[in-house]
Amino acid sequence: MSQIFHRSTNTYSRIVIFGAVFFLAFLTWVFTVLDRSSYATRQHQVREQPVPFSHAHHVGALGIDCRYCHTTVETSSFANIPPTKTCMNCHSQIWITSPTLEPVRASYRDGKSLDWTRVHDLPDYVYFNHSIHVAKGVGCETCHGRVDKMPLMYQQNALQMEWCLNCHRNTEKYIRPKEFITTMGYEPAGDQEEIGRRLQKEYNIQGVRLLTSCSTCHR
Amino acid sequence: MSNNPENHLDLATVRDRLRSTGGRKYWRSLDELAATPGFADLLHREFPRQAIGWSDDENPGEGRRNFLKLMGASLALAGLTACTRQPTEHIVPYVRQPEELIPGRPLFFASAATLGGVANGVLVESHEGRPTKIEGNPEHPATLGACDIFSQASVLQLYDPDRAQAPTLNGEISGWGSFFGSLRAMLTAQKAKNGAGLRILTETITSPTVAEQLKGIQKLYPAAKWHQWEPAGPHSARAASMQAFGQPQNTYYDFSKADVVVALDSDFLASGVASLRYARQFSARRRVSEGKTNMNRLYVAEPMPTATGSKADHRMPLRAGDVEELTWALATTVQAAAGGPKTNDNGDIYRWAEKIGADLLRSKGASVVIAGEYQSPMVHALAHAINAKLGNVGTTVFYTDPIEANPTDQLASLQDLAKDLDSGVVDVLLILSGNPVFTAPADLGMAARIQKAKTRVHLSLFRDETSQVCQWHLPEAHFLESWGDARAFDGTVSIQQPLIAPLYQGRSACEILQSLSESPEMNPYVIVKNYWSSQHAGADFDAWWRRAVHDGVIAGTALPQKTPALHGEGLTAHAQKRTLGGKLEVNFRPDPTIYDGRFANNGWLQELPKPITKMTWDNAVYMNPGDAHRLGVETGSMVELSYEGRRLKAPVRIQPGHVDGSVTLHFGYGRTHGGRSANGAGFDVYPLRTSKALWQDVGLEASKVSGSYEFADTQMEGVLDPARHIIHKGTIAEYLKDPEAVHDGAEAPAKSLTLYPGFNYQTDEEGRPKYAWGMAIDLNSCTGCTACIVACQAENNIAVVGKDQVRRGRNMQWLRVDTYYAGTAEDPNPEFYNQPIPCMQCENAPCELVCPVQATSHSAEGLNDMVYNRCVGTRYCSNNCPYKVRRFNFYLFSDYETPSLKLLHNPDVTVRSRGVMEKCTYCVQRINAAKMDAEKQDRRLQDGEIQTACQASCPTEAIIFGDINDPNSRVSKMKSQKRNYGLLEDINTRPRTTYLATLRNPNPEWES
Repeated sequence: MSQIFHRSTNTYSRIVIFGAVFFLAFLTWVFTVLDRSSYATRQHQVREQPVPFSHAHHVGALGIDCRYCHTTVETSSFANIPPTKTCMNCHSQIWITSPTLEPVRASYRDGKSLDWTRVHDLPDYVYFNHSIHVAKGVGCETCHGRVDKMPLMYQQNALQMEWCLNCHRNTEKYIRPKEFITTMGYEPAGDQEEIGRRLQKEYNIQGVRLLTSCSTCHR
Repeated sequence: MSNNPENHLDLATVRDRLRSTGGRKYWRSLDELAATPGFADLLHREFPRQAIGWSDDENPGEGRRNFLKLMGASLALAGLTACTRQPTEHIVPYVRQPEELIPGRPLFFASAATLGGVANGVLVESHEGRPTKIEGNPEHPATLGACDIFSQASVLQLYDPDRAQAPTLNGEISGWGSFFGSLRAMLTAQKAKNGAGLRILTETITSPTVAEQLKGIQKLYPAAKWHQWEPAGPHSARAASMQAFGQPQNTYYDFSKADVVVALDSDFLASGVASLRYARQFSARRRVSEGKTNMNRLYVAEPMPTATGSKADHRMPLRAGDVEELTWALATTVQAAAGGPKTNDNGDIYRWAEKIGADLLRSKGASVVIAGEYQSPMVHALAHAINAKLGNVGTTVFYTDPIEANPTDQLASLQDLAKDLDSGVVDVLLILSGNPVFTAPADLGMAARIQKAKTRVHLSLFRDETSQVCQWHLPEAHFLESWGDARAFDGTVSIQQPLIAPLYQGRSACEILQSLSESPEMNPYVIVKNYWSSQHAGADFDAWWRRAVHDGVIAGTALPQKTPALHGEGLTAHAQKRTLGGKLEVNFRPDPTIYDGRFANNGWLQELPKPITKMTWDNAVYMNPGDAHRLGVETGSMVELSYEGRRLKAPVRIQPGHVDGSVTLHFGYGRTHGGRSANGAGFDVYPLRTSKALWQDVGLEASKVSGSYEFADTQMEGVLDPARHIIHKGTIAEYLKDPEAVHDGAEAPAKSLTLYPGFNYQTDEEGRPKYAWGMAIDLNSCTGCTACIVACQAENNIAVVGKDQVRRGRNMQWLRVDTYYAGTAEDPNPEFYNQPIPCMQCENAPCELVCPVQATSHSAEGLNDMVYNRCVGTRYCSNNCPYKVRRFNFYLFSDYETPSLKLLHNPDVTVRSRGVMEKCTYCVQRINAAKMDAEKQDRRLQDGEIQTACQASCPTEAIIFGDINDPNSRVSKMKSQKRNYGLLEDINTRPRTTYLATLRNPNPEWES
């Protein structure tokens, strides 16, 4: 009885079997790369805003402290986006005719809020709290980057869970003395890990086991 | 259970089996006692009704095979969902940020919720202007920080999308302007005839401001009449104080000083005004510390088992009509009244009265005899006489002037209105709140009579049955939307402070009444404030007002206590001999969860398992197993009830412990225009309730008719085998002799006997002390009132699933209260035990080991964390949970669509979607919030700083949460008591939630 399949079929089948493994591995690789890409995380993307507010100007050039606008960063989970009134504290006196600021003046006039696009947006199942991070020596810059050099705001870091855990597992590498919380371009006065370990004790930073417990961030 | 006929309950089988086994100790249903195949299957399969494909009537498209296919596909795709981008979100800041508001932190405001006109002080949690959760106000005398189910669920009522949203005229949307315009014209006409055609119908009013307004209206329109109707109000108590004292009185009690309490058909621990306060005081007297106690003793006579009955040391199942005879016998024993002849065939009554009387006489001045709101005026009058005779007045029983603005006989008031309607003199009928067409006694035929008024105006939250017969319907402002005031049980006034502007341009009764006055334009804030400024002498009004609003109580407004003289002559008419004559007694009671029907559209309350019966979404004809056997019916059979020529078809539910020869009907169900949840649920009992008998009567006939009915009760959900030492109990005498006796037979294996890895709960990696969260539930305090379940539901965004899903065992409440019966089926008086079951937070947690994606895992502080975003819905954890406390979202139960319900959610807790397991986490959001606040201040948490939602609402302080690493915390002290035990301790899960055995204090002279 003659063979049903030609001998070359053996080769083809080998290629298909081994190829499938590589193909699946390739798909997995594509998936992981895509998932971490700035397309998925929106890292480094400038978002359109009603007013082209420049942190570079207000923080970098004028030296306004973060907490002048983000008033509740030390007391609440939410750092607060300033009410129009805060903008108008200055802009009722300077740049009062600037066409770029018309939406701000209109908001103040009509009592209608400005509609900002969220730049740092965590999923709703993550319960991030600004106040505890600030109280434990995590600087604004550590997560938000050099906002004093951002004419338009963008997201500096991936804000993915592995990025969060990176710090929660090794807090000594990232924390700084509280007096430098809002400092941009902070340089540790010595070895960061050594300072970090001292601050961990001083600020009574929780153990890794607790910082990586699920309910610390999810509930 | 299933429709299979062989699974059906047969009482003969129950008896036979019990005879052969010598009776089982604890049981949860008669099915279980009879050991029907259905029950064995239920116990064996754990979640039989949840399983898709098990029920015959589920959509065929959702068979088991399809379910597995879909689950397989979703599992494969589960990982891919992580690949999605965050949708673009917006931040909309304030233009001018309000002072004191910190975005992300809730604010609490004091206000007052009323039920039957009487205030309960509440603290309302507000997130950026949306009220989300209601707690008790610790400074309010009626709540003392606890909160009842109605106040808590009212926040859902506020956001109810079915609420009336605009004024309507003959069903067409109109406006407030045109209403006030036409009202003005009518008032001008009425002015000419002194208001002779003006009638105002309200519910019970205690508000001093509204009382003043009505007084003013009476002056402007002297011939106008104000009528009141409160379907479940204290009509008998009012009549009794006229009978006993010749004038209306308000009565309240102090159970903290009572050694002996006799409840005559009174559910004072779980319903009625001040029940939160009473429960707190009562349970304080049942606390047992090692070796010492001054535990009180409770006698309860009642027809239908209630929460209060479940706490009784001696519960006497007694027909409601026979309670009067018991009271007479009691009054005779303590020589408070000269009793007539012994007319009752039930000899037990006199034996009971003798023993109770002797006990009462031993506790002169330290006892309470409390008559139920649904008892006859004579029972109340006799209770007054007994309390007076025992010297309780002034120590445990207090009298004040009435708290109502007009303590009138409401039935007579309504009959008077009916007469006026018939004679055609009523030109304008203003119905301000209430639903008289649905709730008025059936013989008054209010639906037809009201239409004899020329202009009918109805103000209410919903366009309900009454609105259908009125030309004008006005949307009412919810109490969280408007200013007002109200008195509590002792007269203390609370200012009702709004938390949110009216969602649907509603207005309160106070505003409508103002439009009848000479200065119609005032807003409710000004009305209330003006009234109180006229009451407050002194120049510091502004500061005084701010304090009153802030505290939620106006200091010094409790009415002065007094000692009214008893009219002895009112207590001579002995009741006629009552015989059933082969018929049944009928009891009308407000529903335990939807009250008189006003909460019928509230999903939380509809789905809340009612105390003892565990019914949801329905009422039933509750009857004794013996009566059911005689009628040839079983649970779910339809019967036709006939009473005084009025007929009603309704399903039966057999209730162990219900007195024989009597049935109990809860009114409030069977709404036709109540909203989406209300309509079609249960059956309407009001058509049987006449002015002759508002609460009880003899002469009901019941006969079996064809048809059957499916209830959705949760009694058999999460069933733990009651033979496994679930309830530990004993008597106080036994306990004082040998504290270990309460754990009779239970075993706790050594802690070393485990394969689970060791875990250091004491210190963290740096050797610093850690918190270890734990909970202790004192079963001796718990009344099973279910306030904790609603608290949990509100706090944790728990979805409502509907009757059909509850029937399949898919109700989502994280916390349940199990009821166990002890005794035999033939025992007319089984004991009841309530046990709240939240997640046990096992140290050796079976659920954690089986999760393939680590969606549930151990936190460093010993919580079993549940990560919703990680869960892929295998349900392995739930299958492996010995306590059955996990809940699975079989469908998309959470409402993401309805705009008003979005405002309801607690922003600190995830709203769970379909296919996700969820469970109690000891309110981890509250733990984290408190811990962060403490850490920011660089200090340890203090004991009591964190209260779980269930704990905060508990009127008896039965639930205590805290750090078990701290030996001085309240929870550690509770757990160190000898009564402490873990549920199913023998399987060595080391639950962090433990129970304290319940103790009874029976009268040693009481032979059974």
